[in-house]
Amino acid sequence: MDESAPSTRPPRIELRGVSKHFGRAETRVDALVDITLTVHPGEVVGLRGPSGCGKSTLLNTIGCVTEPSSGCMQLDGEPIFDGRYLRRDLRRLRLTKIGFIFQTHNLLPFLNATENISEAMELAGTGHAEARERAEALLDYFDMQQMRAYPSELSGGMAQRVAIARAIANNPHIILADEPTAPLDSARAQAVMNLLERIARDKEAAVLVVTHDESIFHRFDRLISMRDGKIEGEEVRARPASTAPGMPEQPRERMAVPSAERGAKDLVAGH
Amino acid sequence: MNLALRDMRRNKLRFALTTFGVGMLIGVVIAMSGIYEGALTDALSLPRSLQADLWVVQPRTFGPFAEPSRIPRDTRELIRRMPGVAAAGAVTYQTVQTVSQARPVRLFLEGYEIGRPGGPRSLIAGHGLTESHYQIVVDASSGLKLGQTVPLGPYRDLYTVVGLTRGMVSSGGDPLGWVTLLDAQALQFAVPPALQRRERASGRTAPTTTDINAVLVRLEPAASPVEVSRDIARWKHLAAVPETEEERYLTSFVIQKMQQQLGLFMGILVTVSAVIITLIIYTLTMDKLRSIATLKFIGAPDRVIIGMIVQQALALGLSAFAIGLVLIEEVKGIFPRRVQIEPRDLLIILGIVILVCFGGSVLGVRAAVQVNPAEALAGG
Repeated sequence: MDESAPSTRPPRIELRGVSKHFGRAETRVDALVDITLTVHPGEVVGLRGPSGCGKSTLLNTIGCVTEPSSGCMQLDGEPIFDGRYLRRDLRRLRLTKIGFIFQTHNLLPFLNATENISEAMELAGTGHAEARERAEALLDYFDMQQMRAYPSELSGGMAQRVAIARAIANNPHIILADEPTAPLDSARAQAVMNLLERIARDKEAAVLVVTHDESIFHRFDRLISMRDGKIEGEEVRARPASTAPGMPEQPRERMAVPSAERGAKDLVAGH
Repeated sequence: MNLALRDMRRNKLRFALTTFGVGMLIGVVIAMSGIYEGALTDALSLPRSLQADLWVVQPRTFGPFAEPSRIPRDTRELIRRMPGVAAAGAVTYQTVQTVSQARPVRLFLEGYEIGRPGGPRSLIAGHGLTESHYQIVVDASSGLKLGQTVPLGPYRDLYTVVGLTRGMVSSGGDPLGWVTLLDAQALQFAVPPALQRRERASGRTAPTTTDINAVLVRLEPAASPVEVSRDIARWKHLAAVPETEEERYLTSFVIQKMQQQLGLFMGILVTVSAVIITLIIYTLTMDKLRSIATLKFIGAPDRVIIGMIVQQALALGLSAFAIGLVLIEEVKGIFPRRVQIEPRDLLIILGIVILVCFGGSVLGVRAAVQVNPAEALAGG
């Protein structure tokens, strides 16, 4: 892969002039207005804004849960919405290309940690035994010993790690996270961001994180601000060119991220 | 991965209690079906045990079980001499009440002639009647013991229990008893001396005590029941009812109301069970809506979610059916009347349970399919 030629690599997320409104006439609410957004492989992008500014609607739209009203959307180079037609097999797309991390981990309460992850793989067509083996490997990667524990038996940080493991179980190219650090203390929040950065780098995934947590703002390659359904501004953070193929080369200014060689335990230090 | 099983495994106590509750309901449905079958068997146990080809009864009546029939005793001799008749026996039927250990015991009593059609079959203890008077064979369900003496009739004559049968009861559920025809006639028709004197003083003849209720006829192998019946009607001016007709009278007239009552009650129970199962499945599904939204969000197809709900409904229904069946099998002995659980009825009830489970899961499936995956994103 030639990382010095960013133009040859399609963005993982590409929105051009996407709008979304609910209701009609007097009841019409414009949730998204002319959103243009691109997230490249390996990028970790933050999305902030006051409540009701359209962050969740944008996440739902990119997550193929909400249909845009207008504009164009491509995910991983594939057209999803061209202004008139919405791609049909969105469920499959969500299953294989998008990993989602919820604010409250949203693990299935009747499945244990391993099963929560292997179920996502089995839904994508992986065999039971292989899914189980890979789920255990993922939990091991995230330094989770409680493989048979149910969500109710896990701490918030551990449950969020399982949720992240589930989100990347099918090697998605896009990871959408809705307030992933909200239920966590700052140490665990930083650890979650470590994980997301690691995934973005290792898997070349595009990570889009909705957050109000100011303590992690400095961890994003870009921090997008929204207000009233529009993108109000964007702060570009510095990061090495080699890790952000689609981004301009700038010196890195953020908290040190553990290198890939240091292993998973360093990533989750503090838990 | 079987999500239904995982969910039930995680909520074992809740599922077990729910299943037990539904199981009790299904158990009652099985019991009602068993009581229905039991009533049918009870009603037919006497006529079938007699193995008569024809029942000769009073003209324009439906036989001794459906309505009173009174014919002269010599009818038996007249019938016996007819072509095609192999054997004939005079019988009487009546309900009597006696006392055993200070407890009232009701018996449906048959009087018959020793050595002729009409006696008890398949004794489980003791022997048949050997004396002309004061012996009785009873069904074990009466609670009477072999050798015990019981008072019967207006003079409270003591009868000794000499034989026991099993499973022989009348259509009303009373245990059967057999005495000699002479004893039965005395018990049924005997008029106390004071009343006899009053009748004579009034210029009326004393009532006869030699009437019988019916004559049981066994035919020669080559004889035609239709022809013999026709001959009896034409030449003896009596009604001859084939065994199959007598059974039909019993099931159509005598226990029909009870059957309708039980059938209606079963219908209500099945409806109540269906409503409860539907409500339980719907509630179980509503409790999982967020999980269902999450499953849909991560890409689970509807069939996985529908499968989970339907499998849970079926698991609930089938487990409840098994629990209900075991419960009723365990307690059916303490029911005052026969509870006869037939495999055919069980299959029908099982089929109804499966249908109810499918039907009951429709509401839950509808709610699950309508869940917007975006609900997984809702806070909390």
